[in-house]
Amino acid sequence: MKNWKLSAGAALIASLVATSAMAAGMTVGFSQIGSESGWRAAETSVTKQEAEKRGVDLKFADAQQKQENQIKAIRSFIAQGVDAILLAPVVATGWDQVLQEAKEAEIPVVLLDRQIDAPDSLYLTAVTSDQVHEGKVAGDWLVKEVGDKECNVVELQGTTGSSPAINRKKGFEEALAGHDNIKITRSQTGDFTRTKGKEVMESFIKAEGGGKNICALYAHNDDMAVGAIQAIKEAGLKPGTDIKVVSIDAVPDIFQAMANGEANATVELTPNMAGPAFDALEKFKADGTEPKKWIQTESKLYTQSDDPMKVYEEKKGLGY
Amino acid sequence: MLQSSPVLQARGIEKSFLGVRALDRVDLTIRAGEVHALLGENGAGKSTLIKIITGAYRRDAGDILLDGEAIDPRDVKHAQALGIGTVYQEVNLLPNLSVAENLFLGRQPRRFGLVRTGEMHRRSRELLADYGLSIDVAAPLGSFSVAIRQIIAIARAVDLSGKVLVLDEPTASLDTAEVEMLFDVIRKLKSRGLGIVFITHFLDQVFRVADTVTVLRNGRLIDSRPVAGLTRRTVISLMLGRELAEEERRAGTAAEPDASADAAFRFTGYGRRGRIAPFDLSVGRGEVVGIAGLLGSGRTETAELLFGIEPADSGTAEIDGKPAALTSPRAAIAAGFGFCPEDRKVDGIVDDLSVRENIALALQARRGWAKPLSRREQVELADRYIKALDIRTASRETPIKFLSGGNQQKALLARWLATDPKLLILDEPTRGIDVGAHAEIIRLIETLRQDGMSLVVISSELEELVVYASRVAVLSDRVHVAELTGEDVTPDGILNAIAAAHGTASVEAA
Amino acid sequence: MSARLVDALKRLAPQLIALAVILALNAAVSRGFFDIQFQNGRLYGSLIDVLNRGAPVAILSIGMTLVIATRGIDLSVGAVMAICGAVGASLIAGGYSLPATLAATIGIGLICGLWNGALVALLDIQPIIATLILMVAGRGIAQLVTEGVILTFNDASFIFIGSGAALGLPMPVLIWVALGIVVALLVRSTALGLLIEAVGVNRRASSLAGVDSRSLLLAVYATSGLCAAVAGIIAAADIKGADANNAGLWLELDAILAVVIGGTSLLGGRFSIIGSLIGAMIIQSVNTGILLSGFPPEFNLIIKAAIIVVILVVQSPASRSLWTFVRPERRREPRQVERVAR
Repeated sequence: MKNWKLSAGAALIASLVATSAMAAGMTVGFSQIGSESGWRAAETSVTKQEAEKRGVDLKFADAQQKQENQIKAIRSFIAQGVDAILLAPVVATGWDQVLQEAKEAEIPVVLLDRQIDAPDSLYLTAVTSDQVHEGKVAGDWLVKEVGDKECNVVELQGTTGSSPAINRKKGFEEALAGHDNIKITRSQTGDFTRTKGKEVMESFIKAEGGGKNICALYAHNDDMAVGAIQAIKEAGLKPGTDIKVVSIDAVPDIFQAMANGEANATVELTPNMAGPAFDALEKFKADGTEPKKWIQTESKLYTQSDDPMKVYEEKKGLGY
Repeated sequence: MLQSSPVLQARGIEKSFLGVRALDRVDLTIRAGEVHALLGENGAGKSTLIKIITGAYRRDAGDILLDGEAIDPRDVKHAQALGIGTVYQEVNLLPNLSVAENLFLGRQPRRFGLVRTGEMHRRSRELLADYGLSIDVAAPLGSFSVAIRQIIAIARAVDLSGKVLVLDEPTASLDTAEVEMLFDVIRKLKSRGLGIVFITHFLDQVFRVADTVTVLRNGRLIDSRPVAGLTRRTVISLMLGRELAEEERRAGTAAEPDASADAAFRFTGYGRRGRIAPFDLSVGRGEVVGIAGLLGSGRTETAELLFGIEPADSGTAEIDGKPAALTSPRAAIAAGFGFCPEDRKVDGIVDDLSVRENIALALQARRGWAKPLSRREQVELADRYIKALDIRTASRETPIKFLSGGNQQKALLARWLATDPKLLILDEPTRGIDVGAHAEIIRLIETLRQDGMSLVVISSELEELVVYASRVAVLSDRVHVAELTGEDVTPDGILNAIAAAHGTASVEAA
Repeated sequence: MSARLVDALKRLAPQLIALAVILALNAAVSRGFFDIQFQNGRLYGSLIDVLNRGAPVAILSIGMTLVIATRGIDLSVGAVMAICGAVGASLIAGGYSLPATLAATIGIGLICGLWNGALVALLDIQPIIATLILMVAGRGIAQLVTEGVILTFNDASFIFIGSGAALGLPMPVLIWVALGIVVALLVRSTALGLLIEAVGVNRRASSLAGVDSRSLLLAVYATSGLCAAVAGIIAAADIKGADANNAGLWLELDAILAVVIGGTSLLGGRFSIIGSLIGAMIIQSVNTGILLSGFPPEFNLIIKAAIIVVILVVQSPASRSLWTFVRPERRREPRQVERVAR
């Protein structure tokens, strides 16, 4: 009952997972953006784990945030005659030429976690999360949690104008539509950082009668939520009880907060983009099945009842 | 020599900067086909005059006539269009462009909007052939020597203007052969009827190439005459001040050199390669030693060496018989030295700070940051010197930049007097100062000497120098060429020594 | 003494008036802005938030004031904050004692400052370029220390520096006030203030007057590094973690702005640490006011920019002389009063 609302994409993944372990001996090149965040590091280590699990020979190239390094890496993969290429693109444009080269060499390319501006005939598929859906999952949880009670929500947005901030706000508002008992009373950017999350939450509490008028906090990422939890505690309130906390990303630290009862729920942006990608590749290699052009990863909801300490320990090892 | 008609006349030019008069009713007449040397010490007003003629500055008063017509050059480009071209010491062309592009920059021959490179190269070669240059005009300018670049700059300036050519210290960085090459070009242009203004501080070059000499001093026209019949000595005496107001003459009581005093400061074989040749100099207690020479002779370099700004790399310094290492201004100050630099605004005053702070600065620096002069001590110090030296300021808290040049100089003297120095080095202490303050500073130097202080004073005002100096070191070409004592310390004696160093005493007209 | 105090207040009048106006505006957009309660052993309220959240910029502005007074600038302070936060977090998480951690972290800050100072004073590199090196490289160094993740810790004594309270005030407030007083007293009760101003106005003339301008520049940049270290410790302790990517990000610009609002010219010379601290509080009041106002975040930067433009325009010499021109009699009055008071 935890994943009470699975999307069609998630269902597809579930069916794909069953057909794994057929890819042994495949050589796959992986052009990663770099290691600019903990999530990125986790994605790299999960990709390596998934490859090992399936007996895939993974060739890893770190582009250090530069597109030219990624193009170079892809050309080198083509020259080595790999069976497939995974690409986490650093920017959206400028890929047509090199993808054409891969296509001519008949090497399928799978995009990870970001889309690009190029004809979709140039790549096999893209494995990404749906940011609007992430916001919706968080919103749905809150709707269910508060039921018919009046609830004033404060929102910590991501960096103003960034696509996760826009999409996660949109999805959350979609989930709240039709539930007039839940209102977003304050919404301000916390720049995705702990420091700003804490500072903005302090001001929310001051502005809303010392926090008494706030029923829940929705943060566009876990880091801001972690900062805000400290602000709530310093104001003499109990996070998770007096003010419910729901956020997105599922980084290890939020599980610790959930274990302490200070956070209520988080929506996972899975670092496992490679698993579905390998699955699609195996199917394609086996019988030429063309996957859909967009494979949506699961936006899994975690709550305090999911043994957060165990998840924390699992995640801790991934390099977050 | 036949007097040709004047091509450029400047009459009664006046210019002031922030109340300081840089030019005071100066006249200048350039004739067609003459080379006119413009001479003067630093701050005499040469470059201000040139900048007014070439449109870089606007004059406050006066007329400029070109071929008898009044003109008003708005900027350098306008002056060029009128016929007045300038070449500066630092050639201001573009070293990464080709010679031809530099010559035709902004006026390239075009057809249908496209630069006709071939045509440009052909015309460049023709142009340079007139100057006896046969070089690859497609090569970048930067690949040629300074002398060639200088000539290319001249070729461009002449081609653009064609009536008057101003050369601002063109020979400063050239060697002998290159100077010769440049002079050939100048003579050629002269024969083509151009009026040429030539600024230099090499006297022998004046006598070799110039027809007329105009000398400026302290913003005033001193004299303008044909080179024919002039002696070097005359030119030098025109450049270095010889008049001293009666008031100032009375200010200094005749200095009685204390010949018996042991030399308190003795510099032996003291020098620094590339700046000043090794020299011997000693200064006794209660003695003023003068330093004289033309601009660029090494006067300021000597002062900077003594004060450790450019430390010596040869010779020894002794203070009261004990060796001293003057490796930095701080070391010199610790040894009891003080130094009032020539360029007060840049090297002397701290312009935004108050008179009080400027006076306290050197003493405070010597005491170190941890031993501050209290506000009360600073006030007492400042008030004492403002009174003693009659520094005219609205208040001791006025920023020093609002004071007149003479009062700034007195405040700088106060800064050093506050440190109770044993040796005070003054570089042109009376330059750019009004007459009243002038006399006061001379009187002050005399008082300090009588109080037992040792002083080294650099001055181009010879009449003034002989009033207080018991000995005078004479410099030429960065060498100490003579030291005058006793009876020889007269303006004439100093002039003779400088002239002697510059070769033969007189030159016959060509 | 009282005359000197009056002088100081008169000099700081534009800053104090600006601060008062901003605070009044905040009270207008947010009811209860001036309310202060005592809870959990400390004062609590929006005004306290201003003092507390303004701590990093206030502390940076102390060092920045001295650097700017020497006609320099220190762009690296934000990155040095990140380095020091990362070092502090990794040491305390690695089990070192609090005194050892603080000593090492502040030592790193001093080294960073001395590096900048050496480039400026010994190699004569322009300050904006010299400190740009560490600004760019510093964040990378910090990321190496944290290995790209937010390095969290649970040492209560270290966390206390960021979110604890003493004497009823949050620790960061006590730290910036104390540091400001100590540095201001140090430069004004010794000759450092005069010598720094002299070097800033005319380095060559000061050197010729015997001022040891090299040592002075080294000391000034080292002080800036030390301030950045303290700010970095506070920022890390505040969130119980070192965030190499975001700690101190763009704070160098806020610190420079605080100094300028505080009345110190970027051309060097006369400086006022108190003025810079007030400047930092003006900036933080604007930030807090925007957060309390409930405007959509898209307007944050526009509102902030507009307010700061108004402050700088009102303070500019041109508008000051315009003011004298418009109301000459106003200017005369206080002077007469002052004469009577003396």
